[in-house]
Amino acid sequence: MPTLIRLIDGRFEAAEDRFTDLADDAELVAGPVILSLTRFQAESDALVTAGRQVGVRLAASEAVEDLAYDLPRLALVAPVFPKFRDGRAFTTATLLRQRLGFTGEVRALGDVLREQAFFMVRCGFDSFVPADGSTAEDWSRAAGRFRHVYQRAADDRAPAFVERAQ
Amino acid sequence: MYRYDAIDRDFLADRAAEFRGQVARRLAGELTEDQFKPLRLMNGLYLQLHAYMLRVAVPYGALSPSQMRAFAHIARTWDKGYGHFTTRQNIQFNWVRLGDAPDILDHLARHDLHAIQTSGNCIRNVTSDPYAGATADEADDPRVWSEVIRQWSTLHPEFSFLPRKFKIAITGSEADRTAAKVHDIGLVVRRAEDGELGFEVMVGGGQGRTPYIARTIRQHLPASRLLSYLDAILRVYNRHGRRDNIYKARIKILVASLGAEEFARQVDEEWARSGPEADLPDTELARIRGAFAPIAFEALPARSEALESAAASDRGLARFLRNNVKAHKRPGYAIVEIALKAPGATPGDASAEQMDRVADLAERYGLGDIRATHEQNLVLPHVKLTDLAAVYQGLSEVGLGYPNINLISDIIACPGLDYCALANARAIPVAQAIAERFADLDRAENVGELKVKISGCINACGHHHVGHIGVLGVDKKGEEYYQLSLGGSGAQDASLAQILGPALPADAVADAVDRLVETYLALRQDGERFLDTYRRAGMNPFKEAVYADAH
Repeated sequence: MPTLIRLIDGRFEAAEDRFTDLADDAELVAGPVILSLTRFQAESDALVTAGRQVGVRLAASEAVEDLAYDLPRLALVAPVFPKFRDGRAFTTATLLRQRLGFTGEVRALGDVLREQAFFMVRCGFDSFVPADGSTAEDWSRAAGRFRHVYQRAADDRAPAFVERAQ
Repeated sequence: MYRYDAIDRDFLADRAAEFRGQVARRLAGELTEDQFKPLRLMNGLYLQLHAYMLRVAVPYGALSPSQMRAFAHIARTWDKGYGHFTTRQNIQFNWVRLGDAPDILDHLARHDLHAIQTSGNCIRNVTSDPYAGATADEADDPRVWSEVIRQWSTLHPEFSFLPRKFKIAITGSEADRTAAKVHDIGLVVRRAEDGELGFEVMVGGGQGRTPYIARTIRQHLPASRLLSYLDAILRVYNRHGRRDNIYKARIKILVASLGAEEFARQVDEEWARSGPEADLPDTELARIRGAFAPIAFEALPARSEALESAAASDRGLARFLRNNVKAHKRPGYAIVEIALKAPGATPGDASAEQMDRVADLAERYGLGDIRATHEQNLVLPHVKLTDLAAVYQGLSEVGLGYPNINLISDIIACPGLDYCALANARAIPVAQAIAERFADLDRAENVGELKVKISGCINACGHHHVGHIGVLGVDKKGEEYYQLSLGGSGAQDASLAQILGPALPADAVADAVDRLVETYLALRQDGERFLDTYRRAGMNPFKEAVYADAH
């Protein structure tokens, strides 16, 4: 079972994963599930009305705007990094938080490495399934390495220009 | 110079500490080379043919004397006594040992320098006009906006894993000394008719295997909206740039495939959705402008009789004044270009001794300001006319007084097969052979402005696509051959060079260039540069001159 790390109130913690990440051809199971965008669009009404917590997996090529009207009934959105070098999911997460106002869990799936922790947290990810065996402590260290940041982003860190004005 | 504050310094210290940890993990075997590679590249550390190469950023080409001395110290302590200034105003150290890299980054950080984003698929060091703040023809000082972009782009959370590298150049002057039109984004600072400061935004230029001249997607972007508009461009690119083929991943391919109009429409649509909260507050813009230490120019006469009489009896000085000294915005001052192109030199290389000398002269005579140029030279932007003879003397003592700026021997060349793991052919010896052929400075001056640019492979780091004469090294069955092209320009009149004909063996290149020059001299009409004559007369006379014997 892959490790899940969650960022809650500024702390990275190993967490139990309540969600089942379902492939498109996998049989539906009880409890919270994560589905592809395609499957979610086909089965959403039945799933959500049953009072179940649902998350959607977004491939790097899929537009987050396609989920805009469904966001209020989603517990989780999981942008996928097909390779760590593929940075499209950073834009997806940023738009989810800053433009679409999503307040649920934003989970990083795929080629998720501790070296990206800083960038992911700043773009609004708050849960991570690392592919490199890294621990919550590793993530805490990697994400907290810089005492200052230069840009406003989806996290609540004050950028340099705000610090300077204080 | 922009003065770093505690925040900027903490940032560099944190970055150096992070890299020290990563190197320790690599040396302890906790990271494989595959895992370590992206981490070292994010800090400008490449593995080249013979050794690690460290590329250090010179943000927008501006250096203080103490920073130049830091480079000299690095060259002496951890390298073989020299460094190489690149076409992106950076400096490369070619013989670095991995275990020393953390100490080098610490030393750099102590002098407000770093290697952040000098590699990788991120927003690279922003480049700018080496005459910024000194030339009379600029609408605004582009360094202010370069610094705004430096901060915005540093570890940008959303745009650090782009489809491919991303290069931005800014000029405040219509005379473009930044090659803005062959950058991913080129910005020209300009005032609108109503006086409002803004940018012409050009996108999708570039060289490499598919060269393009950038297209203008906005004639006048209000200056205060710069960052939100850049965000919009980068966001469209990050989402839609190709990631399936490294050779089609630059923004130029996206702009070309969508068309500039459609690309601009998508950027505008994205921009409209993000409000001005994505822009930098005016207070911070004002702070950054203020953090550039003001320069106390003196009121001086516009001419120096002492200089004129010294030049009358010193041909070398007179030639230096003609070629390497440019007009300054203030009377009594001049801009001095320092050619890193003396006969036998490797274009862009400077020894530790030379760096120290430039630092000393900048401190004593140059108001503490030094610039690197994309043409691989250095600049002292503020020198009094009355100090020019002393500066020339000081430069000449260390082999830096060579008066060939913009002449045929002022050649851009990439490191080529002498250093680079990507190269197909050597570039440096070809540059040296051409420079030697035109070592007669009377002849070179008669030829006038002629920009030769040499790349050792199709990646075009030596800018051959925008050379008046471009030279591209190719590999023909294990032999180094060179393809010549004519008519390129990276300046405000940007154009892409066209191939002259079949590639030539290495020992035929200088001869061919000689014939091209003789053809030009025979054809030129009053005041024409080589480029102008080529544009008027076309390829044929040049082609005949070089390939006549082949028939």
